[in-house]
Amino acid sequence: MPALRCDGQSVPVEAGESLLEALLKAGVPLPHSCRAGACQSCLVKVTAGEPPAGSQVGLRPALAQQGFVLGCLARPEHDLEISTDAAAAASIRGTIVGVTPLSRDVVLVSISPSEPLSYRAGQFLTVLRDDGLARSYSIASLPGSPYLDFHVRVLPGGRMSQWFASAPVGSDVALRGPNGECFYDPAAVDMPLVLAGTGTGLAPLWAVLHDALRHGHRGPIDLLHGARDPEGLYLVDALEAVAGTHPNVSYSPCVLTGSVERTTVGALDDVVFGRYSNLAGHQVFLCGDPTLVQKMKRRAFLAGARLADIHADAFVTAPKPGVAS
Amino acid sequence: MALFDELGGAAAVDKAVDIFYRRMLADDRVARFFEGVDMDKQAAKQKAFLTMVMGGPHNYTGKDMRTGHAGLVSKGLNDTHVDVVIEHLGAVLKELGATDAQIGQVAALANSVRNDVLSR
Ligand SMILES: Cc1cc2nc3c(=O)[nH]c(=O)nc-3n(C[C@H](O)[C@H](O)[C@H](O)COP(=O)(O)OP(=O)(O)OC[C@H]3O[C@@H](n4cnc5c(N)ncnc54)[C@H](O)[C@@H]3O)c2cc1C
Ligand code: HEM
Ligand code: FES
Repeated sequence: MPALRCDGQSVPVEAGESLLEALLKAGVPLPHSCRAGACQSCLVKVTAGEPPAGSQVGLRPALAQQGFVLGCLARPEHDLEISTDAAAAASIRGTIVGVTPLSRDVVLVSISPSEPLSYRAGQFLTVLRDDGLARSYSIASLPGSPYLDFHVRVLPGGRMSQWFASAPVGSDVALRGPNGECFYDPAAVDMPLVLAGTGTGLAPLWAVLHDALRHGHRGPIDLLHGARDPEGLYLVDALEAVAGTHPNVSYSPCVLTGSVERTTVGALDDVVFGRYSNLAGHQVFLCGDPTLVQKMKRRAFLAGARLADIHADAFVTAPKPGVAS
Repeated sequence: MALFDELGGAAAVDKAVDIFYRRMLADDRVARFFEGVDMDKQAAKQKAFLTMVMGGPHNYTGKDMRTGHAGLVSKGLNDTHVDVVIEHLGAVLKELGATDAQIGQVAALANSVRNDVLSR
């Protein structure tokens, strides 16, 4: 069995176990959420030994080169020394300055960072509460704005989202990141953009849309936002206004049930692929519900989009408390 | 010149991988073997495959090919599937401008590990 040392302490690890599982069992409170390599909450740094196979998937090259790995993906096969402090040191502080409703169950959370943060519109940050609870959220604001804006869906029983909703204005959190590949590439200025997402998957799409416009994007931009019912849509007026003032922008709110004016009824993927049978030469952005994102990613690829032109963030939530993964 | 360089090297692999992987997913005869949850990881493996059969640098041994495909063999992988893969490989290379002689060399490389891939 491999020997594992974390911050100088020896930690028992069973064959096939992930670093995250081993640390939690040993009482080391490593932040985590999705346990599936999507949220990057569980970052640790390898200080001696080789990063285990597949433990750096999706990490920024700069982080990977420094030996950072995702604890939930890393299954040590050889002796390893890791540090949790290095990851903590890579975070900055932020103060919640506003929580305002955007719809029935989505709030806009604005956070003032303690120091300027360099990010691309549409990337995500990991927000860490002082008790160690970690969740990732896409940045809906643009670089240069004074605050970081997030669209947070308030889930029943959701540990972080309910806390946000109860308006802890003035509370401090730690912020780690940015991460993620869901951002606009100015080199694509003439390409058609298809932005499709469900629920708060709109957050990164909103950011990408505005970033593209700021870069003077010339190709068509088609934003499709899916929700269960009209109450689940938000920023409708703002998006209609953007589409109204930019001839190359179109906006299609889609709902599964309960049609209202100017809203398409149907599953988001059917609407998207009904409209686009050929996505060759398009940039495609897909965000929100993980199952739908995976499905649309595959369909976009089969419809001719290059893998490198498909930018997707699956909003993987934490497994239900008490359910081991 | 070595076959891999003749075919355009790593840049050609980059070009071929999307086309090849899309053909695999779109072909009902083999699609089920490629239904990986994570498409980016799957694409990286397709790239390893293409590099290897195009004569590029790799560290795979016959044993790796056995262990790598053992799970697929237990799901029914057989000669017909290898033929399908080689058929698509030829079509992709043709699309990218390879000659019939070069395609023949690539098919021979693929066939040289057929028994390992099929755990025989
Ligand atoms: C890369 C990335 C980016 C993300 N960006 C955003 C974002 O911009 N905005 C955002 O709101 N979230 C985003 N998320 C999700 C976010 O990180 C949290 O998982 C989410 O806010 C729930 O956390 P919580 O602590 O409130 O809920 P938890 O206490 O973790 O509880 C979540 C529980 O709710 C259940 N659940 C999941 N979905 C639903 C649902 N639709 N209805 C009812 N129950 C459900 C799950 O089974 C889970 O057990 C993102 C996730 C990732 C990985
Ligand atoms: C013809 C000779 C073949 C060669 C030389 C070959 C080569 C390879 C290589 C190098 C890898 C990457 C291994 C890794 O890094 O993990 C791989 C993986 C894979 N191959 Fe093949 N392959 C062949 C035939 C096939 C066939 C016929 C199928 C199915 C129809 C197939 C399906 C796969 C799949 C699904 C994977 C990924 C497995 C995983 O997810 O771990 N291969 N192959
Ligand atoms: S990436 Fe490891 S817990 Fe989410």
